[in-house]
Amino acid sequence: MTEPLLARHSLEYPGGYTRSVGPIVGRFLTGLRDGRLEGVRLADGRVLVPPTEYDPVTAAPTSVDDFVAVGPAGTVLSWSWVDAPRPEKHRLDRPFAFALIRPDGADTAMLHMVDVPSAAGMSTGMRVIPRWRVERVGGVADIEAWVPYADGDPIPEVPAIPGFDAMDHDDVTGIVSTGRLDFEISAGAATSRFLLGLAEGKIIGGRAPGSEDVYAASRGTDPTTGEPTSVEVEVRDSGIVTTFCIVNIPGLSDLAPEIPYASAQVLLDGANNTFFGLIRGCEVDEVRMGMRVRAKWRDDLAADHRSIEWWEPTGEPDAAYDEYKDYL
Amino acid sequence: MRDVAVVSFAYSTSPKELAHNEVEMIVPVVREAIAASGIAREEIGFTCSGSLDYLQGGPFSFVMGLDAVGAWPPIRESHVEMDGAWALYEAWVAIQTGEVDSALVYGFGKPSQGDVHEIMTLQYDPYYVAPLWPSMVDMAALQARAYLDASGRTERDLAEVAARALRDGASTPQAIRADANATADALLAEPMVADPLRASDIFPTTDGAAAIVLAADDLARRVSKRPVWIRGIDHRIEPHALGSRDLTRSESTAIAARAAGVGNGPIDVAEVHAQFSHEVLILAEALGVDPAVVNPSGGPLAANGVMSAGLVRIGEVARRIAAGDANRGVAHVTSGPALQQNLVCVLEGE
Amino acid sequence: MAKQRCAVVGVGQTHHRAARKDVSMAGLVREAAQEAIEDAGMTWSDIDAVVIGKAPDMFEGVAMPELYLADALGATGKPMIRVHTAGSVGGSTAIVAAKLVQSGVHERVLTVAYEKQSESNATWGLSVPMPFAPPLVAGAGGYFAPIIRAYISQSGAPRHIGHLVAVKDRLNALRNPRAHLHLPDITLEMVEESFLLWDPLRYLDTCPSSDGAMAMVLGSESVASAAPNPVAWVHGTSMRSEPTMFARRNQINPQAGQDCAADVYRQAGITNPRTDLDCAEVYVPFSWYEPMWLENLGFAEVGEGWKLTEAGATAFDGDIPWNPSGGVLSSNPIGASGMIRFGEAAQQVRGMAGGHQVEMRSGKAMGHAYGGGSQFFAMWVVGAQKPE
Repeated sequence: MTEPLLARHSLEYPGGYTRSVGPIVGRFLTGLRDGRLEGVRLADGRVLVPPTEYDPVTAAPTSVDDFVAVGPAGTVLSWSWVDAPRPEKHRLDRPFAFALIRPDGADTAMLHMVDVPSAAGMSTGMRVIPRWRVERVGGVADIEAWVPYADGDPIPEVPAIPGFDAMDHDDVTGIVSTGRLDFEISAGAATSRFLLGLAEGKIIGGRAPGSEDVYAASRGTDPTTGEPTSVEVEVRDSGIVTTFCIVNIPGLSDLAPEIPYASAQVLLDGANNTFFGLIRGCEVDEVRMGMRVRAKWRDDLAADHRSIEWWEPTGEPDAAYDEYKDYL
Repeated sequence: MRDVAVVSFAYSTSPKELAHNEVEMIVPVVREAIAASGIAREEIGFTCSGSLDYLQGGPFSFVMGLDAVGAWPPIRESHVEMDGAWALYEAWVAIQTGEVDSALVYGFGKPSQGDVHEIMTLQYDPYYVAPLWPSMVDMAALQARAYLDASGRTERDLAEVAARALRDGASTPQAIRADANATADALLAEPMVADPLRASDIFPTTDGAAAIVLAADDLARRVSKRPVWIRGIDHRIEPHALGSRDLTRSESTAIAARAAGVGNGPIDVAEVHAQFSHEVLILAEALGVDPAVVNPSGGPLAANGVMSAGLVRIGEVARRIAAGDANRGVAHVTSGPALQQNLVCVLEGE
Repeated sequence: MAKQRCAVVGVGQTHHRAARKDVSMAGLVREAAQEAIEDAGMTWSDIDAVVIGKAPDMFEGVAMPELYLADALGATGKPMIRVHTAGSVGGSTAIVAAKLVQSGVHERVLTVAYEKQSESNATWGLSVPMPFAPPLVAGAGGYFAPIIRAYISQSGAPRHIGHLVAVKDRLNALRNPRAHLHLPDITLEMVEESFLLWDPLRYLDTCPSSDGAMAMVLGSESVASAAPNPVAWVHGTSMRSEPTMFARRNQINPQAGQDCAADVYRQAGITNPRTDLDCAEVYVPFSWYEPMWLENLGFAEVGEGWKLTEAGATAFDGDIPWNPSGGVLSSNPIGASGMIRFGEAAQQVRGMAGGHQVEMRSGKAMGHAYGGGSQFFAMWVVGAQKPE
């Protein structure tokens, strides 16, 4: 059996998601920026922290008019210990606790971090107080972490943001949400076989034992039946442009650095499905339905779709419409 | 309500499914379930699947998944971005309308391709919680401690649950983690991963796929020697924020259990979607079942194919009833941080 | 057991915009849901279950967002289902909600679909580059433009037909204050002179990228009889899927769309959709998909759809108006777009479509959605009269 190809994959929206936060979340985050911890009073009198636009039980709307100050001290209702902080994700670079903390005056708890040297410093019911960042931007991490607090001790002042006067700034209306997820993806059996074929300058298709239809590339089955395409069939590297479009948008593909270019569906000789490919080797206004094309292989073949750089006209007479009309 | 039965079930697991892509992983399971159902593929009235795009790090995982079922001529088909158990629920509803008499449901996922604990962070409140990147293990650990503090139970109780899962897993072919000789003492000697949870308290990363065929009324009786009837099925959700919930119990499970009629008869077997050891105890209490009958397969602590493990709970109960090892049982499925959403399905033999 | 009757008893939607920077995601969906619940004369506590749909989670970077949105949508202690069937999701979500009523499981179901595309970029979200996948060489429109070329070639349609649709739907949007695009000066020349993105598709032939949400409350017969406003009865629902790619697939006139339409017409007693329906809200993200779907849905013979468009039959004052709301070409929060079609059809039937209300004769209208590579279809027919 073919060894499957593996590849690293990262998922990250470039620059981060731009999240508008609306009036309620915005008011809370503005408070954090300005060193205030607030909740919202619900219709039944309970104080919800952190505040949402709705009562979590009844869905009734909440109002910025019902914001009340809470904390700053609070009580740990539960906690878990993080021995190995995740680089680029966690806000502390040393072991810490995640905790559910109920600020004084609130009826619900917020999830945040407690900064103590070891799990031995944590206990349910312990009293904590926020340690504010100096550079606050209007986000939950404006509280760097919570730290142990003894009732009666003075409440430290919130440090001023250097050169920042809240009067000169609007309320927080959005946050940017970053983060990358890393994967290692397996191509699976059929795709690996196809790609390894490309590395040898071959187009390997497959068909199910009970069917004459050849798929190149197969994703593992004949999609009409779900039968595995267990029979390997090599198909030719020539075919018919069934249809196409002319792309005038720059930057969609590094395979096509110059616009305009033609992107076509190509029906390979010996296969029964079409796939997308670039057409080059002629002017874009010469590309037409029925045109016969052949693969332009790279010099340095690899187990990669890019081994076929593009498709170019063979100069043969165009295919008759009847030859490809069932593939449109 | 129409009588609807589970007439076949198949599933596969792997600690890391390298050889096959998602379609190739689904195909054998779907084919086995259809073959065992006695219903031809073309005759199945409705198809519904459950999967999660974030497990593959790209959109539209279910679109390719459809290549595994043979959707030609075109089929009645739907998809939930939830565990396959909710696909089964949607199919059960479709059968209740009378439009169709049978359904294929499947769920699949390959969490080993990424870090599933971290991927699930993207489920959490995008303004207040996700920016701090708690993992699903961190969230579970917060519930575990809240439960231990409130119940008077100890880490030893968790270790007993974990040890039993390992022992029971030894007789489940699909188990990823199993040890016939596991003891709580040995597990307690392990280091903490997310205090108060140890590795043995946390599900093993599991790739997998599962498929069930449902059939109604006479069709079920015709194709199955011993149809396993769905006597009740219900699901409920709770507020998202952990700080707005009572973490020491699973209220939504209790509501769903009442609605599904768990208490209307004896429960011989229960399979609960407890991905962490403390959840077994919380769920047994919420369902009102004896912990001794919970998770004879080892449960998700032995194998937890993400997006299929919930469907597997229903299948594992149905399998035992079909085999005559039990007559009435309950399956439980969960979604979201710290048991936010829960489905309960009561199954019974003819 | 017989299927229970089901009716749309409340409809609500947001103002659709390029970026709804004034709301969070919860705020966006609640804006639509609250309007629907009020329209139904209900409160949050009256709702039995919630069904939510949206397109890929990567648009907003929140996985399985039904979990975060559960209490925002009043689902605490209730059942909640999340549907995802690509571009057809808004339609299939409404159908799942309808089945919850038709099955007799619930009496009052809230269904919501949304997209907040401004959180990222739809082109990125739809085509995250994946290892081993064929490299994308032409973007999203590059997938559909070749199919449109093949349609034009097969049907002999004149090149301006698409532009006629692009103008018509934008003129309709001027009647709809909720629509995203309001282009009061739109003309055929303007479309013809807009940038040629994917020949034969010009910029104004394509849909915008929007933030928006749509919501409906579906009720049983007894709920409908107590509704304060007119209701739209569900006369038929259908979903069909076929694989993305297979041998001899008809991409222009997909079988799944034909089968789905035939199924929903059979249920609704429609023998000729052009005469038996008063209007249709059809998922047309690229202008040329109007003539193509006219044929796929049986409003015209194969090869003749463009003639209906050219003759003005689908215009606001035509004999079978298509997309009087302005359609997907005027508002496109992708996950919601299908449900907007379904909900706008219901509003027409209820006589509550406001400035874009068309004349009702049979009292029946169709909502349509499709997704993927034209492979997932969801449709319903709603009517003012209670079905038999």
